[in-house]
Amino acid sequence: MKKIGLQTIKLDTSPYILETSSIVGPKESQGPLAKYFDQCLEDEFWGEKSWEKAESKIIKENVNSLVAKSGIANTDIDYCFAGDLLNQCISSSFGLRETNIPFFGVFGACSTFVESMCLGSIFISSNAANNVICATSSHFCSAEKQFRFPLELGNQRPQSAQWTVTGSGAVILSNSNLNRDCPQITYITPGKIVDMGVKDANNMRCCYGSSCFRYFNNTFKRYWQKAKLL
Amino acid sequence: MKINTKKDYLDYVDKKSPNSPILKNCFNAFWVGGLICTIGQIIFDFCEYKGFDYTSCSTIVSITLIGISAFLTGLNIFNKIGKFAGAGSLVPITGFANSIVSPAIEYKSEGYVMGVGGKMFTVAGPVLVYGISASVIVGIIATFFV
Repeated sequence: MKKIGLQTIKLDTSPYILETSSIVGPKESQGPLAKYFDQCLEDEFWGEKSWEKAESKIIKENVNSLVAKSGIANTDIDYCFAGDLLNQCISSSFGLRETNIPFFGVFGACSTFVESMCLGSIFISSNAANNVICATSSHFCSAEKQFRFPLELGNQRPQSAQWTVTGSGAVILSNSNLNRDCPQITYITPGKIVDMGVKDANNMRCCYGSSCFRYFNNTFKRYWQKAKLL
Repeated sequence: MKINTKKDYLDYVDKKSPNSPILKNCFNAFWVGGLICTIGQIIFDFCEYKGFDYTSCSTIVSITLIGISAFLTGLNIFNKIGKFAGAGSLVPITGFANSIVSPAIEYKSEGYVMGVGGKMFTVAGPVLVYGISASVIVGIIATFFV
């Protein structure tokens, strides 16, 4: 494993994304991607008393169904990398407390999932683990409650406001593909924090846009240079 | 368009972001706000007809509108009105009631003392603090200089 270029890590062995699982809320299940999700919820509470508990349940059930789908025994999973948007990452830490897998809490806001996959694949590539779970969750209601206004408040959302996903995604990274056809992680290129001074808490896409552009600009420029296209 | 500075980027964001439909919002705010005030006036006139004095009538109007707004917030109706009417339902006393009741409902899951009690004024708090502070300052000035 070594660093190449400005910010890329080349992995020695390429970990397999062995299995994936997802659970989403009611709004997501009305969208065009609905058929790709494993489970769509009809109710934001999912039988729980608070949104935070519902979010915990979503990530817990998602990881449980992920392990069940993969056919790997719970005891064969070495580490779990997970995080969410709430203070102290409570949804993932409370949701996954019964899994009995060594746990790394990760916080990267919207990049939490990819961040956990980066760290997980480094663990596998360096032989520190054979199987790793990477998971994340968010809940529209709990995020609004923590970062913005109560849902019952009669205010108008601006047209540019984005909607936090209700749901959870999880993958198992593994050093063997168990003879299945699955994608691999070969390189990791973490992005940089780019603050262009956007102050609107509702307009998340503008905050990410600048960072995302710089990331792809740098990354693809190098690829194209390498391929002698530029 | 070339983006070199932060300001360029913010201008670009402004240009690309969809604008709120100002005319439609103003119209809805105007008639819903007017309707709420008319309801207040009807209550006022009714109380006056029943023989209450001026101060009592105003108090009854405020209490009734706050009560209705709090009730509608609890039924998950007021936020729909607010979404439609914006400032029309937010600026009258109904909006103030909504801003206190909505955190109370939202934080009920964290318990009655630390949740409802502690978080009830998260939205209305600044209005109360600066409203009361301003009135105290004006009161002092009025007492000594007017």
